[in-house]
Amino acid sequence: MADKIKIATVSLAGCFGCHMSILDIDEKIIDLVELVEFDRSPLTDIKQVSECDIGIIEGAVANAENVEVLKDFRKQCKTLVAMGACALSGGIPAMRNHFTLEQCLRESYVNGTGLENSCIPDDVELPMLLNKVYPVHQVVKVDYVMPGCPPPADMIWNLLTALLEGRKPEFSAEDIRYD
Amino acid sequence: MSFFNIDGQQIEFKQGQTIMQAAQDAGVYIPHLCFHPDFKAHGSCRVCIVQIKGLYRTACTTPVVESMEVININEEVQQHRLQLLEMLFIEGNHVCPSCEKSGSCTLQSVAEYCGLLSPSLTFRYPDKKVDASHADYLLDFNRCILCELCVRASKEVDKKSVFAITGRGLDARLMVNSTDGKLVNSTFDKLDRAASICPVGVILPKHQGFKTPIGQRKFDIKEINKREQD
Repeated sequence: MADKIKIATVSLAGCFGCHMSILDIDEKIIDLVELVEFDRSPLTDIKQVSECDIGIIEGAVANAENVEVLKDFRKQCKTLVAMGACALSGGIPAMRNHFTLEQCLRESYVNGTGLENSCIPDDVELPMLLNKVYPVHQVVKVDYVMPGCPPPADMIWNLLTALLEGRKPEFSAEDIRYD
Repeated sequence: MSFFNIDGQQIEFKQGQTIMQAAQDAGVYIPHLCFHPDFKAHGSCRVCIVQIKGLYRTACTTPVVESMEVININEEVQQHRLQLLEMLFIEGNHVCPSCEKSGSCTLQSVAEYCGLLSPSLTFRYPDKKVDASHADYLLDFNRCILCELCVRASKEVDKKSVFAITGRGLDARLMVNSTDGKLVNSTFDKLDRAASICPVGVILPKHQGFKTPIGQRKFDIKEINKREQD
């Protein structure tokens, strides 16, 4: 049997909604697992990405770990796909770009309502936040994109089947939605 | 009767009509943002560019002449439109998933129709203000595309001049004509034509709270290229 196509997926600064949309391909996921093998992904819980054919990125780039993971994905994946509004434009996470990091942290951890023993978390294990949030294409080269919040399951299926068949994914105007 | 053609289709026109006016009368859709049939053409968004003898012209400002051959859809025209739309998206803060106008937004709908998957340019994330001073209406300047439809509606229909554009280039922005620049202290009224003309989500009625569900919004019901007019 020929080697299966290897796919890795990750959610950076995202809500996992795009990953839920991957699951929305419903029973087609059975066809998919016949053709592909999942590497690093929330579906497998593998923590490090290894050499893959397709990498799918959900979410914006908001902290140092996001940058490291994204650069790892770019290095390891032959084809990189950015999926969803946050990955493509920064989306909701990038709305913090209009405030300083200190303002954001103070609002969340010091001045927010209902806080006890409030303080800004500073554990060394925590990834450092970037001053601004970036869309994926401003950090690494992206090969294909899927807009939407989240992209519809059919769009994800269209993209995957096109890539698996060695075709360039094409979407109709009806498929393209930004919300 | 006089005729010209768009993408090979013969179109009848009346003397003095622009390409956009004749196309709309014939039910041919040319993507546009700052054009509105009720107002004098503005020609600023450039999204309605078409090719005539290899040159680019804005359909909303170019008068038709007999036998003119207009190209509305080809690869080059579409590429120009996509670039224009990309620039509009990266120069503002257009967060469709959190915008109440989503599904009823002309910028969103035109970009989706033109096949813009996502801007590939660097996002500017400009700092823009929100004016919630008025009891009935909210102004979210993050989404302004400077089409001046509100400026024209307020001046020409409402006879008020509540809105104006100030600044130049990247500093150009929509402003409110009142002593402190707040909408509440202007002569704006919810029944004004300017209150309902905004093609994007800048001038929004309050107390709606995403009242219209997905599937029933303006462009959910009828796609932008199939609507008779805005």
